[in-house]
Amino acid sequence: MPTLYSPDDYKRVLEAALLSASEPLPLTELKRLFDEHFDDDTLRALLSDLRSDWLQRGVELAQLASGWRFQTRPEFQPYLDRLKNEKAPKYSRAVMETLAIIAYRQPVTRGDIEEIRGVAVSPNILKTLEARDWIDAVGHRDAPGRPVLYATTRKFLDDLGLRSLAELPPLTDVERVMEIADGSSP
Amino acid sequence: MNSEISGIAQFPGDEMPRHDSGAASLAHFPKIYGEPMLEMPRDLYIPPDALEIILESFEGPLDLLLYLIRKANISVLDIPMAPLTRQYLVYVEAMRKRNLELAAEYLLMAAMLIEIKSRMLLPRQPRLDAGEPEDPRAELVRRLLEYEQMKAAAAKIDALPQAERDYEWVTVWIADKIAQRQPAVSLYDLQTAWLGLMKQAHIMQHHKIKRQELSVREHMSLILRALQGGAFVSFDRLFEIEAGIPSLVISFLAMLELVRERLIEITQSEALNPIYVRLADANTLLS
Repeated sequence: MPTLYSPDDYKRVLEAALLSASEPLPLTELKRLFDEHFDDDTLRALLSDLRSDWLQRGVELAQLASGWRFQTRPEFQPYLDRLKNEKAPKYSRAVMETLAIIAYRQPVTRGDIEEIRGVAVSPNILKTLEARDWIDAVGHRDAPGRPVLYATTRKFLDDLGLRSLAELPPLTDVERVMEIADGSSP
Repeated sequence: MNSEISGIAQFPGDEMPRHDSGAASLAHFPKIYGEPMLEMPRDLYIPPDALEIILESFEGPLDLLLYLIRKANISVLDIPMAPLTRQYLVYVEAMRKRNLELAAEYLLMAAMLIEIKSRMLLPRQPRLDAGEPEDPRAELVRRLLEYEQMKAAAAKIDALPQAERDYEWVTVWIADKIAQRQPAVSLYDLQTAWLGLMKQAHIMQHHKIKRQELSVREHMSLILRALQGGAFVSFDRLFEIEAGIPSLVISFLAMLELVRERLIEITQSEALNPIYVRLADANTLLS
């Protein structure tokens, strides 16, 4: 086991750990690599340094909700897709609208989703999102029938490259428009 | 059928009110022989399949309403209820006639639109708290805007780079090999193991039972080879007495197997006479 001296040495260990991991690695996990006790800021500085080292490459180091992970650059995906037999899955509008309502209005019940979309939510839509591990049941609303409350998962954030829900695209400013609507005389 | 289709095709014809009016708006219409074409041609042909695709693409009554409103370029905040309801019903009727599975939500919305329209005809009750009477359309507007907001949000989320669709996770392949870690073995371990084996072999020496592997298949080949030429061969001559009992048993099994596979014939002219064996296709060989 070679002794680590310079920041570059530590970066190489981080790089090897991140490249060989099958899951995003959080700081707490990365700290276990070293005998020295690093504080979060030092480790973050090393990681952001490592990220700049990879700037000109086909893969990049990304910071996600669950930690740090290497991923291919999206601009090269059309080329990578040529090596695949099947096309990347595309979710229907119904699935995406349901996902958006859960993401922005969570926790929500199926009834809430149906109220906003104005149509019945087919069980397959929720199953599709649950199978992807993007949503899960987080409890029940204290209402008749105790309906299940759905929320988005950490994997949803990870898969969309977000660190938190606050990074979701901002909603179009309808609230303000609605105030005008309420105040407007017919 | 054509009249029914053209009823939709002419939409959004002259029914919807326009914010701009008069001659200025005529400039937007296509001209035929110098005259503005105010109506779509009655016999415009829409392939039935195409219409079905248009109708099926709506995600529900709110989506259909938003489409009608946006298409006519009118403000959501000031919806003309009568024409909107009329056009909504034209679409719903078209869906019904095409036997599309019409969800109950569409009919519920139709009822709601008519209800709002009728409430607007009644004199308003002034609200107790404020002087402003409530617009019967307010709830519909709120739902339309909320749905539109979520519809836009869904499109934005869809536009975000998505793992496994727009990029992939990087994992060095060797990582899987490291994960399945094998125990380390030193030369010393190997030596100890071997010495242990030798010691055990020494103790077990006199009890060892030797097992000879005899192959039925191999003996089948030997027999077939002995029968080459097609002549009858005496049954006894096909067995090697010196080879020992196991070999005899295997030879016999091989013989039975050959009979079963109809590769040889076994004959005996009379009881207790010598048995003869020959290839099943001996005749073809000899002729």
